[in-house]
Amino acid sequence: MGKLRYTSRTFVGEVAMLAMAACFLFPIYLLIAISFKERSAWGESPMSLPLKPYLGNFQRAWSEAYLGDALISSMAVVAGSLVVLIAAGSLAAYFLSRCRPRLGYTLYVFFLLAMVLPFQLGLLPLYQMMRDLNLLGTPFSLMLFYCGYQLPFTIFLYAGYMRTLPRAYEEAARMDGATDMQLFRHVIFPMVRPITGTVLILNCVFIWNDFMTPLLYLQGSSWATIPVAVSAFVDQEITDWGVVFAALLIGIVPVMLLFAALQRKMMDGFAGGLKA
Amino acid sequence: MSGALASRAASPYGDAVKAPSRWRRALRADEVSYLFIAPALALYIGVILAPILMGVRYAFTNWDGLRRTVDNVGFANFERMIGDIQVRSAVLTTLVIAASLVIVKVALGLALALAVNGNLKTRKFLRVAFFMPVVLTPVIVSYAWKYIFSNEGSLNTLLGVFGLGPYQWLGDPLLALISVIVVTSWQSVGLSMVIFLAGLQAFPPELTEAAIIDGATPWQRFRNVTLPMLAPAMTVCVVIALIQGLRFFDQIYALTRGGPGYATETLSTMIYRISFQFGEFSYGAAVALVFSLIVAAIVLPVMVVLRRREIAHG
Repeated sequence: MGKLRYTSRTFVGEVAMLAMAACFLFPIYLLIAISFKERSAWGESPMSLPLKPYLGNFQRAWSEAYLGDALISSMAVVAGSLVVLIAAGSLAAYFLSRCRPRLGYTLYVFFLLAMVLPFQLGLLPLYQMMRDLNLLGTPFSLMLFYCGYQLPFTIFLYAGYMRTLPRAYEEAARMDGATDMQLFRHVIFPMVRPITGTVLILNCVFIWNDFMTPLLYLQGSSWATIPVAVSAFVDQEITDWGVVFAALLIGIVPVMLLFAALQRKMMDGFAGGLKA
Repeated sequence: MSGALASRAASPYGDAVKAPSRWRRALRADEVSYLFIAPALALYIGVILAPILMGVRYAFTNWDGLRRTVDNVGFANFERMIGDIQVRSAVLTTLVIAASLVIVKVALGLALALAVNGNLKTRKFLRVAFFMPVVLTPVIVSYAWKYIFSNEGSLNTLLGVFGLGPYQWLGDPLLALISVIVVTSWQSVGLSMVIFLAGLQAFPPELTEAAIIDGATPWQRFRNVTLPMLAPAMTVCVVIALIQGLRFFDQIYALTRGGPGYATETLSTMIYRISFQFGEFSYGAAVALVFSLIVAAIVLPVMVVLRRREIAHG
């Protein structure tokens, strides 16, 4: 289409779209507007710009909601899960793309099954398993959960890409007598770096944002992740919106920064990754 | 690295200096060792499959999640479910929400994609603005919406300017349902947009040009060129919207906790409540099992129909 002329009708369309975008961004604006105001100020004009930024809400939210601890907990869970997911996922996908075709296809379908299987059904027995293993209340329960839960999706992303890799490099390395592991580490893994980026971003967002699982496994422990810590704080503090919004804003700033840094890659990742 | 490689020079084509041991060969599937897939299989079976199978089993018992002994009760949990008005209402609510989400996300997502794919000067900014909510933590932004919907919140203030309201957005059964759908749509329509956008950008401009030369009206072009070309993107959008719509939990937890009464209680929130707040693990498992069957019974046929349409349009 590309070369359509920019007419006055296009301009009207543009203004309409910008108005709609403003509506979309309004909740985020509101978070900023209210969290920077003192109680008396937001009571009068909640929607105005905070011209004299007030930081007291952030101080209270940070210390009373234990957001520092939650931040560390969230980062630990995300990092731990990602390392295992990438290792186990890429190795498995490599196996699937290089073993006998029928075995590869059967296993691929076997893993994909998880995407239609009802994870709610497994949630209760898994909760009990974690309790028996004494993992409830520790970040390891969450890591273990995500390593299993996000694995089929990770394998799915890697497998699609690995199938397209040329085999010439592998054959050359084998002629040189490389072991399976050397071949994988020095030849295959570097070649799939683009998809590792997608895997990292998508899993990072899913794990960081997940609420139901940490609510079950970590509620009340000192390892609560950001969504759980924020939600618990909001529920007891619901009268003072300034402090509540400060907690909410602190809670989404990490994802917003990540998004600001990687907009393009994230949008492509979501569009392509979920579709692949 | 090359030194390490050379010292192990055992070419599969010549005389091996040292033949791989028998167990090593037994572990190989063609080119790669089974050890490569072992960690993934262990995680998948241990964390996903085994718990799901156990869940199926619990659905036929009276286990409460604490006792060490478990009695089989056959179909008692399922019989109880048939008479449970709350389950029936949750099934209905879940279906209404899922259907609305599919419609909103496909229609609005497609409209947004077409708009930001055109020649608007701010299209890059618009894409970012519409997509951003997708990556934000659902439970956290839902609390911001809870303020917007509150009695003295922004929405009522805005409507007050026009002399309307105030409405009890989260206090009235129907309005609460609409509010939940609005928040969830706001959060996920950007995802449909980028999926459609990727579909739009993948197709050759000659097609549209040919249609214009043939004198097709904009509507005919949309109907007969654009839409068929977007069939694969459509499949993905509908399936994702369905699965999300049937399963989502966070927004309801933050906004209404299933209330007022049980007006916004879905199967997800209900399973959570039954199993973890009331401690009726086995009944929760039975509801989860039925829920899973409902999801499968809806999603799989939809996938088959949409895929077939994709192929028909080739």
